[in-house]
Amino acid sequence: MQKLYPTPAASLEGVLADGMVIMSGGFGLSGNPESLIPAIRDAGVRDLTVISNNCGAEGFGLWMLLHNGQIRKMISSYIGENKLFEQLYLSGQLELELNPQGTLAERIRAGGAGIPAFYTRTGVGTVVAEGKPAEMFEGQRYIRETWLRADLAIIKAWRADPAGNLVYRKTARNFNPVMATAAKVTIAEVEEIVPAGAFDPDEVHTPGIYVDRIVKSTVNEKRIEKLTLREDA
Amino acid sequence: MGWSRNQMAARAARELRDGYYVNLGIGIPTLVANHIPPGLEVTLQSENGMLGIGPYPSRAEVDPDLINAGKETVTALPTSSFFSSAESFAMIRGGHVDMAILGAMQVSRNGDIANWTIPGKMLKGMGGAMDLVAGVRRVVVIMEHAARDGTAKILSTCTLPLTGERVVDLIITDLAVFSCDKQNGGLTLIEHAPGVSLDEIRAKTATPFEVTI
Repeated sequence: MQKLYPTPAASLEGVLADGMVIMSGGFGLSGNPESLIPAIRDAGVRDLTVISNNCGAEGFGLWMLLHNGQIRKMISSYIGENKLFEQLYLSGQLELELNPQGTLAERIRAGGAGIPAFYTRTGVGTVVAEGKPAEMFEGQRYIRETWLRADLAIIKAWRADPAGNLVYRKTARNFNPVMATAAKVTIAEVEEIVPAGAFDPDEVHTPGIYVDRIVKSTVNEKRIEKLTLREDA
Repeated sequence: MGWSRNQMAARAARELRDGYYVNLGIGIPTLVANHIPPGLEVTLQSENGMLGIGPYPSRAEVDPDLINAGKETVTALPTSSFFSSAESFAMIRGGHVDMAILGAMQVSRNGDIANWTIPGKMLKGMGGAMDLVAGVRRVVVIMEHAARDGTAKILSTCTLPLTGERVVDLIITDLAVFSCDKQNGGLTLIEHAPGVSLDEIRAKTATPFEVTI
């Protein structure tokens, strides 16, 4: 089975539909599928539910889909300085489900691992706990959180081999490995495609079973949000 | 007078112990890294998936794939490791991180903390803050004693939506240091900045507290 696709648009063929749920990797502007997002914008699918820690930044990443009116609902942990995200939500044009970041990551992990629900201390006594079942374990109160799964995961890795084994680079790893496990179809865009045998099996981060399609990045802007330098540098 | 931002960070650094794994929040807490006492081995954790955060990079070392949770460019150390967000929060939620030092908008006398939204005014999202306060063994708050408009930030009950309930162990402000009994509720003033009177602290704190100085 051939997993390699020639272009981002080709890799998305047959998997996009209005109203679908998409997971998109990245933390801030690091480790985003920068080539697949504009291909989804160009495909024009609408009413999307997007699961991603953030939603890009002015002109970058998922911001493009927000700006193009393609997203109906976001499931995220952080809005930060994304003015468009905040404004669309406050004006009622965007649904938003805020999750604590670790709960978001674990809900996705649970989705990929076939675990429909789990209990956590995170959010006890806050709005996050409202409407959720609670239970005491060893004298402590925990709330129940449910799994998250998607129709499509778009993720970013550093390198892939033809089997879809992936290696990530530094903190660009973030949500990508868990999202790779939790969707019906996972498409990985990578900076480099290496031949079979190039990876030491001990060093593979995501085993190829989770990856359906692979495409080489066509956009690698890797924008830096806060350039901070040593004072003596 | 009160303590400066750097003095507050230095005071927080005195809470560190040899061998600690520590998560630092954005703002004044980030400055704590500059005040780690010599001889102590402290490893910094960043919730986006890194253990062992090095100094900020030189211009030549800048790497967009290497950032901290505040999205600042950083460097790795010879003993650093990278991992996924799920692994990172397993570390946090599982109680493996010894201390979190973070900012706050409000803290109550029983250790409740609010730091992620002001309804109708500001919505940043909680990010990893709720996971950190729920999972990390010891939680230290660094913040200005009162808001810019003079409103008290240390209260009997928080008025803003909470980040966590009964989670704060220590509060360091520009005026004073309070320990917080999160089991039974109640604050104790344990230090104050030079030249700051007890009366001033009482006037700017909207809840009673014990004094042991």
